[in-house]
Amino acid sequence: MSSQHLMQPERAVGIIGYGSYIPMYRLSSTEVARVWSGGGRGPIKEKAVAGLDEDTVTIAMEAARNAVARAEIQADALRAIWVGSESPPYAVKPASTLVAEALGATPYLLAADFEFACKAGSEALQAALGLVGSRMGDYAMAIGADTAQGRPGDDLEYTASSGGSAFVVGPADLAVATLLGSLSYATDTPDFWRRAYQHYPRHGGRFTGEPAYFHHTQSAASRLMEELGMDPDDFEFAIFHQPNVKFPSRAARRLGFTAEQIDTGLLSNLIGNTYAGASLTGLSAVLDVAKPGDRILLVSFGSGAGSDAFVWEVTERITSRQDKAPRVTDYIRRRTEIDYALYVRYRGKLKT
Amino acid sequence: MDPKVVNDWRLRGQRYRLEGELCDHCGEAIFPPRDICPKCHEPAKTPQTLSGRGEVYTFSTIYSAPEGFEAYTPYTVALVKLEEGPIVTAQLTDVPPAEVQIGMPVEMVTRRLRTHGEEGTIVYGYKFRPASFWHASTQA
Repeated sequence: MSSQHLMQPERAVGIIGYGSYIPMYRLSSTEVARVWSGGGRGPIKEKAVAGLDEDTVTIAMEAARNAVARAEIQADALRAIWVGSESPPYAVKPASTLVAEALGATPYLLAADFEFACKAGSEALQAALGLVGSRMGDYAMAIGADTAQGRPGDDLEYTASSGGSAFVVGPADLAVATLLGSLSYATDTPDFWRRAYQHYPRHGGRFTGEPAYFHHTQSAASRLMEELGMDPDDFEFAIFHQPNVKFPSRAARRLGFTAEQIDTGLLSNLIGNTYAGASLTGLSAVLDVAKPGDRILLVSFGSGAGSDAFVWEVTERITSRQDKAPRVTDYIRRRTEIDYALYVRYRGKLKT
Repeated sequence: MDPKVVNDWRLRGQRYRLEGELCDHCGEAIFPPRDICPKCHEPAKTPQTLSGRGEVYTFSTIYSAPEGFEAYTPYTVALVKLEEGPIVTAQLTDVPPAEVQIGMPVEMVTRRLRTHGEEGTIVYGYKFRPASFWHASTQA
């Protein structure tokens, strides 16, 4: 076994633009509990719900437009657009070409969709770092976006939500946050899955915790910090995949991070679990308020299972880019509460 | 090939990103693109993507929708006057019909317009939503 698992491209790279999108509708946990549990409350306050005319593609398009606005590049300079999702609207036909066309980035680019449950977006980000880091292209975009569905009445229905984030990767000398290093950790662990042609996923209940979420996030985070010679004290912010509030809080505490370090990027209480968009939207929320010199740890998790971990250092360019597009908090504040009946209509859960 | 698919494909530039034309002779912004300037009648073929910012010129709420749009009722269709000049017909989204007003500032978003049945393509295109949500909140 090699002792070096850290991944660092030959050319220094970073994030040069970022952006998010969260739909405006909110379904509260108490409303789900009212229908399915006779009252009480669920694991989060509320989750974001896509409207009738929204899907993973439209979410990805708006997040991508925000990222391009902050990157201050022409969209046709992108050599790749990769969309990570578990809920693309087509089984066959890429979401990425639709996003590319909406941005005006066609036709000279790579375009593909990535699939790895909730880490499909961070996997695309790793690939984008590699593409730019190897000088195959100067700019590449990675997106994580989902309109996640839980089976009616299942635990997942309290949290499975809609939203996404996009990142333009480019050379470090243009970056708002430079990459110090990344690392990926994957095993075959069946904690959550959805078979072909099935509408709703299945999950392993408590098995999704220790052998899946905690093992992979903690292993990736601790190994990356060890190989970079860093400790939790070296970071202003840490973001973990957030299927709820409890899991990321516990993983952070075990690794030695404080509540202050994770609060800014922990959004699941207010928007739910946006799956491939979850940890990436946490990063976006952190970049919205970060200051030059801040260091950020990002750890994704995808069922099946794996984690991607990244360490970023914010540059002085961040300050002039934060107001070029809506911040995550702007989208969180833009909210319209809906009841379970409207939720059922919006998410197509009725046979008509 | 289904003619609907081919037609949607031809319109993708204008539908997804409001790509119109700029008249090189009189400077008129043209949308949708039609290759002849409606103002000076000279050829106009320079593509220009419009900003997507504009205001509601007038509107109507649809309760009895044409085929393909039934699932979205009630929804509001507006004439939107873009800041470059052209007026486009589009659905408004993310706003209850009762809150729509003439003169309301709006911005373009790309959303699902309709699907061609369960097995056909999904048609995406421009709609407009209230433009105030983030400019106002970042100043607050």
